Parts: sequence; C-alpha cells; structure tokens
Amino acid sequence: MVRPLGFLVGLGFITALVLAILTTPLSNEPNVAHEFHKHPKHLKLASDGILLPHWDQAQLQRGMQVYKEVCSACHSLHHVAFRDIADLGYTEGQIKTFAKGFQVPSINPDTGEPATRDGLPSDYFPSPYANEVAARAANNNALPPDLSLITKAREGGKDYVYSLLTGFQNPPANLPADLKPGTGLHYNPYFANLNLAMAPPLTEGQVTYADGTKATVDQMSKDVTAFLVWTAEPKLIKRIQVGYAVFGFLLIFTVLTYLSYRNIWADKKH
Amino acid sequence: MSFPWAKPYEPQHPLMKWMDEKLPIPRLVYNATGPGYPVPRNLNYFWNFGVLAGAALMIQIITGIVLAMHYAANAGVAFNSVEHIMRDVNAGWFIRYAHMNGASMFFIVVYLHIFRGLYYGSYKAPREMVWLLGVVIFLLMMATAFMGYVLPWGQMSFWGAQVITGFFSAIPVVGEPVREWLLGGFVPDNATLNRFFSLHYLLPFVILGVIILHIWALHIPGSSNPTGIEVKDEQDTVPFHPYYTAKDGFGVGVFLLIFVALTFFSPNTLGHADNYIPANSLSTPAHIVPEWYFLPFYAILKAFTFNFLWIDAKLWGVIAMFASIALLFFLPWLDSSPIKSSNYRPLYRIFFWILVADVLLLGWCGMQPAEQPWVILSQLGAIYYFAHFLVILPIVSRIERPLPMPNSITEAVLAKHATDASSASATA
Repeated sequence: MVRPLGFLVGLGFITALVLAILTTPLSNEPNVAHEFHKHPKHLKLASDGILLPHWDQAQLQRGMQVYKEVCSACHSLHHVAFRDIADLGYTEGQIKTFAKGFQVPSINPDTGEPATRDGLPSDYFPSPYANEVAARAANNNALPPDLSLITKAREGGKDYVYSLLTGFQNPPANLPADLKPGTGLHYNPYFANLNLAMAPPLTEGQVTYADGTKATVDQMSKDVTAFLVWTAEPKLIKRIQVGYAVFGFLLIFTVLTYLSYRNIWADKKH
Repeated sequence: MSFPWAKPYEPQHPLMKWMDEKLPIPRLVYNATGPGYPVPRNLNYFWNFGVLAGAALMIQIITGIVLAMHYAANAGVAFNSVEHIMRDVNAGWFIRYAHMNGASMFFIVVYLHIFRGLYYGSYKAPREMVWLLGVVIFLLMMATAFMGYVLPWGQMSFWGAQVITGFFSAIPVVGEPVREWLLGGFVPDNATLNRFFSLHYLLPFVILGVIILHIWALHIPGSSNPTGIEVKDEQDTVPFHPYYTAKDGFGVGVFLLIFVALTFFSPNTLGHADNYIPANSLSTPAHIVPEWYFLPFYAILKAFTFNFLWIDAKLWGVIAMFASIALLFFLPWLDSSPIKSSNYRPLYRIFFWILVADVLLLGWCGMQPAEQPWVILSQLGAIYYFAHFLVILPIVSRIERPLPMPNSITEAVLAKHATDASSASATA
C-alpha cells in the first residue's frame, strides 16, 4: 500500500517540477549594477588570523581618534563604554579624562529636568542624534548606522569597511543613467547599489596624529577600520588565546582516549 | 531485553546491594551502557555518531541554560542583551559562540547519523521504531534550531521568522489565521519572540525524552552493524563497556576538537553577517537565507515555480518541503529489500551515493539567489530527491541481486582479517 501511494505522490512532485523546469527561462535578467560592483580589497591587520594575533594599540588609538574627530559626528557606537578602551592601552586616569570630555544625557538632581553631565568611565559613547528622526532629518533622510558591530554586520567585514572608506570616486563614463548618483548620493563601487548617501568622510590631513603618523586617507581608513574590528569584538584576541589552551588540552585528551581505545581492543579482532 | 549471554549485574558492595533493592539505577546503567549490554563487535566509526549527537545535545542544554540567565526575551532589548553577553558577562562570548556553533555541530553529527542509517539499512525490521523516533527527533531539532535563531533578534532572525511562518499562509483559507496565531500578531514582534523563547527552552527537554525512547527502542533488538546480519551468538558481540565506551570516548575527543576549533577560531563562519544588524521590519535584507542545515529543504521549497493543477507554486513548495522530511517516516516500508547493509547491495549503493551528492547540491543551491543556473539545478536536485525515495528505491529493492553474504558477524570479521593478512604477506 505504501509503495503504490508513494509512487503516485512521487510522480506528482516530479511532474510539477518538470513543468517548472519547462516554464522557467534559462537566462537571467541582466543585472547591470553587478558589472560595476567591485569586490572588497583585502586589509591586513595585526588582529587577523589565528597565528598569534594581537591588538596594535597604537593603530587602535589612532583609529579611535579618527572615529572621535570624524565618524562620531554622524555615527553612534552604542555597545562601547569608555571603560572598554583600557584594551587600547589607556590608563585609568586617561580614561577618566577622556570620558569627561563627553557630555552624556542625565537628569538634574534638584529639578528632575533633563540635563547633561560629564561622562564617566562607566558611560557608553553618546549618540550624535537624540533619535532616528533627528538622524534622518540631518542626513537627507538616510540613517547613519551604529558602528559598534559594523565589521561583523557586513559581508566582507573589515575589508568591506576599508574598501568603502577608500572607494569614493567619480562614476565611470559608461555608467547607465539610472545608476548615476542622484542628488545627495555619492558613487562608490564597493557599496551594494553603487550609490551611497554618505559623502566621502576622510580628506588628507583631516586629523593630526599624536604619534606623527602621516594622516593620508588610506592610513586613516586602515586605522579606523582596525578600531572598528576591536569595537565589534573586544574579546577577539582573548578568544584565540583561550582557544590554544583548550585545543591543546583536548588534543592530549584525544590522544589518550585513542591509546586506551587501541589498548582495550588489542586482543579483539573487529 | 538483552542477549542470553549478557553479563548479569551482581552488586558486591552492601551499599550497592541496598541501592539495587530500593532504586536500581546502577543496574539500569550496567545493563544499558555497561558490561551487561552486548554489542556487535564489528561496529565502525559511523556508529559513534549517536553518542556524539547525545553529547551535542548536552552541550546545547548546558550552554543554553547559562545563556538564558543573561538573555532578555524582549524585542526592545534582546539584541543588546546578546551583545551584553558577548562583552560584559564573564566568558559570555565563549558560552554564546559555543551555543551558536554547537547547533551546527549537532546537525553535522545528526546528518551523518541519518546517512549512516540510510547506507546500512538501520531503518529496517526489527528497528523501524528506532528510525521513526529518530525522524521525530530530527523534526523537533529543526523546530528548536529555527526558534533559537530568532532569539538574537537580528535581521536574519526577524526575516527568517517572517519567511518560515509565511509557509503557513500558503495553506488555503486557514493559512493566514494560523500564521497570525503562531506569531501572536501580523508580523513577528514581541509576542513572537517571547513564545519562541519559551518553546526554545522547552523543546530540548522534549527531544531528550524522545531520545530516551529512541535508545530504549534500540536496546530491544540491539545495535545493527556494518554487515547487517543480526547477532547469532556470544562471539559476535563484545560488552558495551569497556569496548565501546573507549571507542566513543575517542570519538567524543575528535568531535570536541572540531567543535572547539570552530568555536574559538572561526565562530562566525557558519552564521550570517546580517544577524549582527538589529531586527528592522522596514528594511528587508537582499538575500534571506536560512541556517546552513536547512538549505537542502529551502532549495526544494524554491524549486517549485509553476502553478500545477489547482495548487499554486508556493503551496507546492511548502507541501514538497514538508513531504521531503515526512517521507522518511515511510522509508522502512518503501524499501522492501531484506538486505540491510549497502555493502551487499550493489545497485542501491550507487543510488545512495547519488543521493548524498544530490543533498549536497541542493544545499549549495539553497544558498544561492533565485537565478539560473541555481533554479534549474535545484529543480533537478528536487526531482532526484523524490524519485530516489518514492520511485527508485521501491523498484531497486525488488530487482536487485544482492552480493553473497557471510553467515555471521564473526565470519565476516575473520574473513576481513584473513584478506588483510594475505594482502599484507603478499606485499611483504
């Protein structure tokens, strides 16, 4: 009973699929944007890979400076607290001073009115806008995304962020009219639909690095991307280090279990 | 039940004797996974995967319970609470990555376990009930994994919930009300997240219960083995402990090494970047893709693009997707061949390996956008999938001439060693 019924059901599905094949065109709709879209450039950082990665603290400090002086005008960093930047090599005193430089939302303790106060190490980086409506109003109706997780939240990760920052250019001459950047949009072949609301954010010499590094667009892009790799996963280096210990322990465990398995089965043909 | 030569449990210590009279748990363990449970002596490494699936479930339950201590199932804060676990909870990043990748490891070992069953005919009499319960476990796992993926409340969580609950709206008349009832609203929202969290916590314990039945049903006839010949006498078997506890111990070691490498060195490889963007009902991701372990079924769903008879393409896809799993319930009766092991089934063995390639192809197609050649490949893949189980298998099992088989497990083992020895002496 099962077999004849199953046979009929199977024939039903197969017929529906054969008809689907016959009625589906074999060619794709041409996608012109694909031809202009570029794959991200590779960015090599000290925190890459699993062979002894580490945080390049000098680079992260420069990257944070770029974030603070440039990106933070529009982009928030919700998940990062001032206390977290101890990872970047700052002392407790430096963190307190750094936090003090920010005004964070608060309540007037006497009147209960909304107010602001100096930042504390336990505070999070404040948002540039009070809410989404304010953010869109200030940015031609585009919403600048939060950057805390950006290197994990985009295909291509850090490579994509670095490529996007350095990828602004004039549209190629053969770009079809409907793909040309409209008002308030900027051509960038690394962006999914080629035109992006963010204007090129970095210009040569825009920040002055304390360590004397020359602030080219490429250098600042690398530095801020490295910083954003850290904000996306502050526990990345620790994770790899713990991984070595756990893997090593389990490797010994597995060798021992293999030897005891061979030993127990030694006199048994199987 | 066990074989007559099973070693009886004889407690020596007075405390164990006392315990055995009051609550004979040591007896149960002794007879189920101890020296009192005889097992075929010729099991290969593919028989490790049942224990590994159990280990994976335990890892998921333990890490999951710890995560639930820090996670908040509320649409307003769920995403941030996951980031709180990643950044502020002691070793929270480890627990969360272990749970994320533990789900993938669970599916990897369960898929190998299922394909082991398909190759060696483990679903055949007298083990049909073991197989049926296994399919129930697989379905429960899929439901649990889907709801778990919704909990971080990222973009893929939200849109995955939207798409998967959308399957129900393909059902005529009652579909849309059923979908709203499942979601607790018109779109996935706080009500959805809360009930998914509740069920995601409940279902693993239901799985655990069905696993106990699965093992119970297995212990009635005992394990199958690579020859597919049933145990005949004592020399065909070895006691579970220490022989298979040792072998499973080694298997668990290898499993943990792979699991740990994934968790610590590449934890996001099997995930989607979009799930690190908070859920947003106003912004649809460019490609909505389920987790890798659902991809073959997703490809089957998308393969149906033609309104055939009075059923539209979407409903065909949904029915076919559910049917692709439901047909496994009928497998013991679709395959009428009395030969269990594919080692002695020259024809079925070919189709088995085509099925493996087909499922991998469907998985690959499931990942791709709805463009050619992926559409036609998933259509051809889906045709083979249904043809394999519903057409080819019943015919093959009727016309196939099996290879000569040994008389017993021991004879097969000794023959193997004889050829090994002769080929070794020939090369020497």
